[in-house]
Amino acid sequence: MKKIRVALAGQPNVGKSSIINSVTGARLHVGNFSGVTVEKKEVFIEKGDYEIEIIDLPGIYSLNAYTPEEHVAKKYLYEEDYDLIVNVVDANTLSRNLIFTMQLMDMQKKMILVVNMIDEIEKQGGEIDRHKLEELLGIPVVLTSAKEHRGVDEIIDQIIVTYESEKPKNKLYYDERIEEQVNRIVKVLHKSPHFKDPEYARFIAIRLLDRDEDIYKIIHDLPIFIELHEMLGKIYRELELEYDEESTSDVLSGDRYALSKALVMEAVRKPQKKVTLTDRLDKLLIHPVFGLPIFLFFMWLLFQLTFEVGSIPMDMIDAAFTEMSNLVKAVLPDGAIQSVLADGVIPAVGSIIMFLPNILILFMGINLLEQTGYMARTAFLLDGFMKKFGLQGKAFIPLVSGFGCTVPAYMAARTLKNPTDRIITMLILGFMSCSARLPVYVLLIGAFFPMAQAGNILFIIYISGAILGLIVAKILRTLLFKGEPEPFVMEMPPYRFPSMKALAMELWIKTRLFLKKAGTFIAGASMIIWFLSTYPHQPEIEARYLQKIEMTQDGEAKAQLQNEMISKVLERSYLGEIGKTLEPVFHPIGFDWRMSVAVVAGLAAKEVVVSTLATLYAVGDADEKSNTLLQRLRENVTFKAAIALIVIIMIYSPCIAAMSTFWVEVPQWVWRGFYLVYPNLLAWLMAFAVYRLLDFMGY
Amino acid sequence: MKPITKCRIGCEGTIARIRAREPIKGRLFSLGLAKGSHIKILDHTLAKQTWEVESDGTKIALREEEAASIFIESQECDT
Ligand SMILES: Nc1nc2c(ncn2[C@@H]2O[C@H](COP(=O)(O)OP(=O)(O)OP(=O)(O)O)[C@@H](O)[C@H]2O)c(=O)[nH]1
Ligand SMILES: [Mg+2]
Repeated sequence: MKKIRVALAGQPNVGKSSIINSVTGARLHVGNFSGVTVEKKEVFIEKGDYEIEIIDLPGIYSLNAYTPEEHVAKKYLYEEDYDLIVNVVDANTLSRNLIFTMQLMDMQKKMILVVNMIDEIEKQGGEIDRHKLEELLGIPVVLTSAKEHRGVDEIIDQIIVTYESEKPKNKLYYDERIEEQVNRIVKVLHKSPHFKDPEYARFIAIRLLDRDEDIYKIIHDLPIFIELHEMLGKIYRELELEYDEESTSDVLSGDRYALSKALVMEAVRKPQKKVTLTDRLDKLLIHPVFGLPIFLFFMWLLFQLTFEVGSIPMDMIDAAFTEMSNLVKAVLPDGAIQSVLADGVIPAVGSIIMFLPNILILFMGINLLEQTGYMARTAFLLDGFMKKFGLQGKAFIPLVSGFGCTVPAYMAARTLKNPTDRIITMLILGFMSCSARLPVYVLLIGAFFPMAQAGNILFIIYISGAILGLIVAKILRTLLFKGEPEPFVMEMPPYRFPSMKALAMELWIKTRLFLKKAGTFIAGASMIIWFLSTYPHQPEIEARYLQKIEMTQDGEAKAQLQNEMISKVLERSYLGEIGKTLEPVFHPIGFDWRMSVAVVAGLAAKEVVVSTLATLYAVGDADEKSNTLLQRLRENVTFKAAIALIVIIMIYSPCIAAMSTFWVEVPQWVWRGFYLVYPNLLAWLMAFAVYRLLDFMGY
Repeated sequence: MKPITKCRIGCEGTIARIRAREPIKGRLFSLGLAKGSHIKILDHTLAKQTWEVESDGTKIALREEEAASIFIESQECDT
């Protein structure tokens, strides 16, 4: 079996990940905005005698990389060992895409050009002459539509053919005056043993003219550096003067621009310019006056749906798990195993799975936002607003992903170039409530607010989190990170109709992950909670109470004694002891020891808050008939403490997975330390303030 | 020749000059905004802090500061 390694490179949002999905059946994340893929991903496919490894790289506008995720792609292209480059370009914006293609061709590697999205250009009556392009560029060209699965399999065939044949001769030459200088540099480079290969030397020379800092670093430590440096200075001045440009990088860009214009002129029949759907939608959706209100309405609608539609199957799921629990009680003999299942794991897992519908609706909303192209519009609409808080519009994209899950959101912050912007965004990302916090909110809202208000309350919780995040961003910007936020320049993709298949796939993946988590992590955690809350046994207390119960005749008094016994026993359990130790911390915000334990357990994962509450309040209740957790919460928790709990959940540290992602993405120890402490401190302070305020208001 | 921030929505013309510094200039170029290319002003937010322009089929959002560095050559385009 022969192994071929292929680097898939191209500008952002041209459909690289879609192509891989279409060819290999992989499920890479796809979205209609720049910067969906922020980390390289390998996908394998076998064909005949070949095992082909395709590396999906983050989109990169130019080899003069700009943002951290672009540097990931550039670093791969420069430093890794691969057999050929597949360069994907967007047929709609071919001429600017080809400029990057030329930079790639300068690398003098085997290369294939894939012109994607031809379905869109054909629909508008345009046409691309593949053979003309091949002839002019001197590399193989494949026309594809990942959406309609056209031409994509041909990419694989072409990869094999290209791999097996000689690299075609370079056909890309720049203006004579530029070439002259390239040759001068190459001559000097040849003096060093590192640059004996003429093609490689040519590449280095061109990159030096393009003012590529990474290449400059390579030559910096070589003996030829002094000679080269002196000559480069001269060449820069000469060329800049000759072309009347500020930098040789502009000179090269200008030439590539002209070349690509000429290429497009010859090989492309452009569609007639018409008013497109995108133009018409944008007239409304990013209208100077109506744009923002429309956006807020969409968000409100999403949370309304999340609550309303999500609650429909809830009772059914709840009932199913109660049934299951009762069945276990009926089938298994009394004892520890029966109890751990019926009182521990099943109610806990059930209490979480109940919220799956809510979570799926939320994810559906986010996915549609990503797929349609509206995401980039929201960045546009909110940029001015975000600027007031020391951030830029693009930061809104990771923040929105944060409503789904904080882990990919931390990764998405890579699309922010400026390290300060990036760290501020990451520090406030935790305040964008992730979908795992949703169950806690839905539970508490269900218990303490009238049903008609529920969707609005949920919306308010999310918005307050976002506003708090912005305020904190402003404070961080003024106190710790002085200076201007990074400039905002962003491509606005055309609106695209969301693919229902991609949506279904996304929801299916989320469902599977969620069920898996509930079945393993949450079940395990609830087993621990059950164990800690059941042991050690308290035979004396039980005996004393049983005796008392024996002696009373009154049924009501009996039940009361029974309850008292159970809660006494629970308080003496390991978990009760832990809760007692935590109590001083949480007492000022009105938490009993059970809530305290639940909040701390939530540091592992936010779903655990709900499952722990379910276990603790279930164990502590003798009355098997009032089975719903909602009922028990209403009986045991005050309104103001419930609000304080919501505030804590909204602000304090995210789950372990998110924390470790932050750890990996942020190498500075100062920020790691800060990140561990400040959200928890802030959470407590805010909860205290809210609790006291409500207390003062007489709740 | 005037910065595009002095233009109305809907006005179009040729880019005469881009005064931005690197690396912004390079980024604008990668998006198709270069001396000599056609540009059309599509939209701005209410406070004119963020602008949207179109060039060769690509729509680009930019801040006032960056937009002001793009100079346009056009007759019928006054505010
Ligand atoms: N009409 C049409 N749309 C496509 C085609 N290929 C991809 N798309 C859409 O284009 C958008 C971008 O696709 P992605 O695969 O995420 O692009 P990418 O190049 O991986 O983007 P980055 O990861 O951000 O660099 C998505 O909305 C896709 O659905 C195609 O052939 N035709
Ligand atoms: Mg991608």
